[in-house]
Formats: sequence, C-alpha cells, structure tokens
Amino acid sequence: MLIKRPLDIPPSEITPEGLYLGRRRFLAGLAGTGLMAAAPAVLAQALTAAGAASGALKFTPNPRYSTSEKRNSFEDITTYNNFYEFGTDKAEPARNARSLRTRPWTVSVEGEAEVTGRFDIEDILKPHALEERIYRLRCVEAWSMVIPWIGFPLGDLLQRFRPASNAKYVEFTTLLDPKQMPGQRYPLLDWPYVEGLRMDEAMHPLSIIAVGLYGKVLPNQNGAPLRLVVPWKYGFKSIKSIVRIRFTERRPQSSWEKQAPREYGFYANVNPEVDHPRWSQKRERRIGAGAFWDRQPTLPFNGYAKEVASLYAGMDLARNF
Amino acid sequence: MAAWSQERLVRFVLKPLLLAACLFPFARLAAGAAGVGGISLGANPVEEILHTLGKWGLNLLLLTLCITPLRQLTGWAHWMRLRRMLGLTAFFYVAVHFLWYLLVDQGLNLTVLAEDIAKRPYITVGFTALVLLVPLAMTSTRASMRRLGRKWQSLHRLIYPATLLGCVHYYWQVKADVREPLLYLAALAVLLGWRWWKHRDRVSRAAPAAFERVR
Repeated sequence: MLIKRPLDIPPSEITPEGLYLGRRRFLAGLAGTGLMAAAPAVLAQALTAAGAASGALKFTPNPRYSTSEKRNSFEDITTYNNFYEFGTDKAEPARNARSLRTRPWTVSVEGEAEVTGRFDIEDILKPHALEERIYRLRCVEAWSMVIPWIGFPLGDLLQRFRPASNAKYVEFTTLLDPKQMPGQRYPLLDWPYVEGLRMDEAMHPLSIIAVGLYGKVLPNQNGAPLRLVVPWKYGFKSIKSIVRIRFTERRPQSSWEKQAPREYGFYANVNPEVDHPRWSQKRERRIGAGAFWDRQPTLPFNGYAKEVASLYAGMDLARNF
Repeated sequence: MAAWSQERLVRFVLKPLLLAACLFPFARLAAGAAGVGGISLGANPVEEILHTLGKWGLNLLLLTLCITPLRQLTGWAHWMRLRRMLGLTAFFYVAVHFLWYLLVDQGLNLTVLAEDIAKRPYITVGFTALVLLVPLAMTSTRASMRRLGRKWQSLHRLIYPATLLGCVHYYWQVKADVREPLLYLAALAVLLGWRWWKHRDRVSRAAPAAFERVR
C-alpha cells in the first residue's frame, strides 16, 4: 500500500525527525488496523477542495445513537452560538467566524501515547468513515437544541495514537490566534480554551469528533474544522477548533473550571439535581420548539443515562459536578 | 413670551419625542414577538426580550439620574419636566422585565420564583431594586409631591440604591464578559459622584457662614 504525504504542506510545517518517525508509525498503524484499506475515498473526496466547494459530506446515518426528536433548524444551530473567541453575544460568532482559516490545519498530539507529533488534518481524518449522529445538546445556560452532527467516534481517533497505560485523561486545546479569533484579544478566559475528559469518557462510543452538521462541512461558528461533541455533558465541554490533543496522567483543568471553580466543574455532566449557583438546572428551554415560552424537564446525563451512568458508579455527583 | 414658548417646546415637542424614543425599544420587541416588520429576535426570543427589557430599564434609570446634573450644568430648568417621564418609563421596563421573567421565562412557576429570589444573589438584588422602585412610581403624581412635601425628595432618593442594585444584578448575571456591566457601574459612579461633590460643595460653603454668625 502506498502511503503518501499530502503535498499541500508548506515547508514551515516540516516536522523534526522524531515526530516524523512518530507519524510514520501512526500511518503504518492505520495500514495495520486495516483502517487505511477500508479508508473510504469518501472522506478524502468529501473533505478536499472539490467536496468543500459544495460543502456536502458523505456519511451514513447512525440510528443507534440518534434521537428521533425534532431537529433544530440549520439557522438556529448556526446563529446562536457560545464561542467566545468570536464574541460573547450569541449572534456574534456567525458574523465574526469568517476570519477563521480551517485549511491548512494541523493537530499536535502530545503526552502519554506511543504516537505523538504534528499531523495534518487530512491525515487525522482520512481513515474515518463519517456518520450522522442526531444528539441533544444541553447548554449550562438552561437551553437546548437537537443537532444532526456529522463525525466519527473520538475513541477511534484516540486509539490510533496508542495511549499509554498511564494516560488517564485526555486534554484538548483550541487554536490560539487573536488575528483569526478576535475575541482572544481580551482576556475573558485564560486563552486558549482547554477542555478535558477522563479516558473512559473519551473512549465512550457516544463521544465524537464532529466535522459537519446537516450533512455539510461544519460552519466555522460551530467549531470547524474539528470539534468535540460529548452529548451527556454541558455544551462547554464540547471544545471547538481543536489544535492539540494531549494524553495525561493528571486531570487537566478546563477553562471554565479555571474561570469560576464554584460554578463549573471538570465533569459537567448534565444533572437536573445539581443547580448552577446562578440558575436552576431542573428545566431547559428547547430552542425553536413548542410555544416559545415552554420549558421541559432536564434529564440526568441529558437523557443518555442508560449509556453513560455506569461511568460514574459510586461517585458523588453533587461534589463531582 | 420666551418662557411660554419654551414651555410649549418642552410640552408639545421634546416630551412626545422623548417618550417615543423611550418606547421604541419596546415597540421593536413587540413587533419582533408578533413577527411583523421583518424584525428577528434570534433563536431564543424569550431571552432576547428579557435581556433587552432589563437593559433598557437600566438605561432609563441612568438617564433619569442625568437630569439633575444636566440642569445644574446648563442652568436650563425645563430639564426637570422630563424627569418624571423618564423615571416612569424606566419603571415600566423594569416591571415588564420582571413580569416577562415570571410569566414567560419561568411560566409563572412561583416555586422557581421563591427559590430564585432566596438562593440566587443576582435575582435577590434585582428583585430588591424592583421593590424599591414601586413606591417611587406610585408617588410620581403632582398630588403625591404636594402631600409628601419635603419627604418626597428623600423618598425618591431610593432611585440611587435601586439603580446600583440594578447594575449589580447585571454584573452578577453575566458569565465572564463583565465589560458592559462595568460600564454601567462606571456611569452610575459618575452620576452619584457628581451629586456627592455638589453636596460637599454646598456644605462647605454653608459652614463658614454659620461659624461667622456664631462669632
């Protein structure tokens, strides 16, 4: 099998030998697992220039992990965003995120894993077949949406780096570039945005990396080109525009946890019984649904308790909020 | 003649124009909620309406507090004739903001209301501000002013703590971006600072005179 480096990497991106060898092993690993063989030309095609022009992605629906609830409109999903890198008003990211360049894009993989180094996004994406997952998204601000994400299991990606046995957590970092992300010019949060998951949470089949929604390439304001989606946690855990993945033995500190430790915990599992200090989490407003004043009860783990509650067996969820 | 025409200017031009301007944000929200005029309130209209009402309540409270310094700075007495209207429209926005929160945002859930007021400091201070403003709105008539005499002015100084609590309510409500609430607090500090400075000025000018008389 021919393993070819993409030709669009500028000389400035040339990798030191150690990392390069890491990448060789990484790519070889793909071949070994047969992922590469299966590597549907799908993605290569879908996400290269030709695909990006129309924005359409090839994917298969995954009904097993999808809700049948009414989906929010593309407009709601793409004009009501919390993405402080592009402004704190929810309408601002849609206006300001055009300044983000999602190609070329590299992801740096670091820490407690066999395969580390800097990887071009195409190498990251290539072996993964895309699927549609229609998930509920519950924001810590007590509103929610139903979003048809296009993506692939996070666990499948992380496995490729062969995490070491002492990799207990995985930390994600958003791009830091105030030129592209004007919101970073003001220290609202300790930029860049950082989030983390426990390894078992990250490997859970519900955790995905999203690269699209509504069958099309992910709009910048929704976290292009790579965004985490962890549907049983509050939305702020689903970090956007990821440039670094780091395996670590110690629990990372996430950005909101750092900003206000009383208000935001590391776990941030959706939990109607544990109020945010400034508002109740018992109910939520489903954006665009029903009479526009309706609120509906919030479900433990955002309705995914059957799938994920066992991850937290024996834990005091009021303390580990 | 000049005084008469200024009176007419205030009464028939300035006041109606200002009232229309004050009610414009409300009309915009109403049109948006009714879906007329192509006005969009975004994906979450309940929140948009709630926040806009609250912000205009604060804007108008601060504008009301501008009247006295404006009169002192310009020497134009007719500013005072706009104050009641500004104060009442401020109260209108604050009251509708509260009603919107209670009836629509929380669907008239009184348990949530009680819990919010008791447990969430930003709602406690916001609610207190509203309560402080109620007697002011109720005693805004000319008859009340006459009846209360000097006490009227003391009572209406409640607008100072009410506005301060309103600004704190805003400051505590935001998640991380406190720039705008800080701007409101700064504006209030200037307006109250002006009054304090004027007051000190009056006291210090009055004091030596009294001393001389004693001597």
